[in-house]
Amino acid sequence: MKKTSIINYVVILLLVFAGILFAEIAPPEEGGVLPEVILSLPEEPVHQKYLGITANKKTFHISEINAEILLIEIFSMYCPYCQKDAPAVNELYDKIAQDGNLKAKIKLIGIGAGNSPFEVDFFRNTYKIQFPLFADGDFSIHKRLGEVRTPFFIGVKVKKDGTHNIFYSKQGAIEDAPKFLSLILDKAGI
Amino acid sequence: MKKCFRTSLIFLILFVTSGYAFGMSEAFKNNIFNPGQLKPVDSILKVKVGDKAPDFALPSLSGDKISLGQFKGEKNVVISFVPAAWTPVCSDQWPGYNLAKVIFDKNDAVLLGITVDNIPTLYAWTNQMGKLWFPVLSDFWPHGNAASMFGVLRSDGVTERALFIIDKSGILRYAHVSDINKRPDLKDLVTALEKLNNK
Repeated sequence: MKKTSIINYVVILLLVFAGILFAEIAPPEEGGVLPEVILSLPEEPVHQKYLGITANKKTFHISEINAEILLIEIFSMYCPYCQKDAPAVNELYDKIAQDGNLKAKIKLIGIGAGNSPFEVDFFRNTYKIQFPLFADGDFSIHKRLGEVRTPFFIGVKVKKDGTHNIFYSKQGAIEDAPKFLSLILDKAGI
Repeated sequence: MKKCFRTSLIFLILFVTSGYAFGMSEAFKNNIFNPGQLKPVDSILKVKVGDKAPDFALPSLSGDKISLGQFKGEKNVVISFVPAAWTPVCSDQWPGYNLAKVIFDKNDAVLLGITVDNIPTLYAWTNQMGKLWFPVLSDFWPHGNAASMFGVLRSDGVTERALFIIDKSGILRYAHVSDINKRPDLKDLVTALEKLNNK
C-alpha cells in the first residue's frame, strides 16, 4: 500500500472516530429519542412498583418504565443549584403524586452524575426524596446524555407502541413547580 | 495531505481532552478552566498516620487567621486540600461537603478547606458555591507552605487533591491523596470519620 493511501485511510478513520464522539456528546434534543440507557433495579420495592419494573430483573432499559410521561433529572449532590432546587423538585413530585389523573401517567427519576451510591443515598436522605434516584459514579450515563450541565431535565413521551420521543430537554433549575408542571403538560400534550 | 492529517489529529485530540464531566454545575457555567488530564499524583507525602500533624496558621476568607493547633483538645479536624479555584473537579467537591455538614457535626469534626489561591480568588470562587459553613484558607503566601509540610505540593505549585483527618490530640488519623483528576467518594471520608469517632 502506498504511503499516501495509508495516510488517507488514517485520516478517514480519525474523522469517523471524531464523528462518533461528537454524536455521543450531543445533549438529547427535543423531537429525538433517548440513547440506550441501562439502569440498575432499585432496591426498594416501592420504587420498583413506582417504575413498574419487576423484581426479577437486575437491570432495565429506561424506556421500560411504566409511564406515559417520564421526567428525568440529571443532578449531582455536589451541584449547588441541584441542592437549592431539590425542594422544588420534591414539590413537583408531590403535585403529580397527589393528582389522581397524573399519578399513573407521569413518573420522575433522577440520575446522579458522577455520584456513588453512597452520595446518591445521602442526597436522597438529606432532601427526603421519594422518587427513584440512580447512581452514575463513572459518568457513563452522563456521557451518553451529552455531558449536560446540572441540573438538567429531560421529558420523554412514551407512545402506546412502545416508541418514545423527547419533548423537553433543558438545563437549569425548575424553581417553580406548578409552572414547570403546566409547561410539561402543555409540551407533552396531555 | 500531511496538513490534512495533522489538522484531523489536532481535531481529534481536542475532542478527546475536552470531554470533562466535573465542574458541570450550572453554578459555574462558563467560568471553569479545563486543565485537561493531569498527572494523577505529583508529590510525596511527608506525613503518615500516627504522626503529630504539622501545625500551620493561614488567612481565611473571614479575615481571621486559622491554625490547626486552635482545635486541639476541642474538635477533630478534616483538611481538604484542593488543587485550584475555577477548575473542574475542585469546583465540584466543596459544595458536597457543604451539604454534608451533619456528618462533620455528628463526628465532632470541623472542616478546613485549603488551596494555594489568594483570598480574592477564593472569595469569588466560593461565592458560586452558596454559603459555606466551613472556613476556607489561603495557602498562597509563603506559597504552598502548609501543603508542603504535609507533602502535597505538586511541582507546578498547586496542591494535590488530599484529605487528612487529625484527631483532638493533634495526631494524624487518616491521609488520602486522590488522583487529582477525580473526586474522592464521600463514603471513604465518612467511614474514616466514623471509625475515629467510635474509638
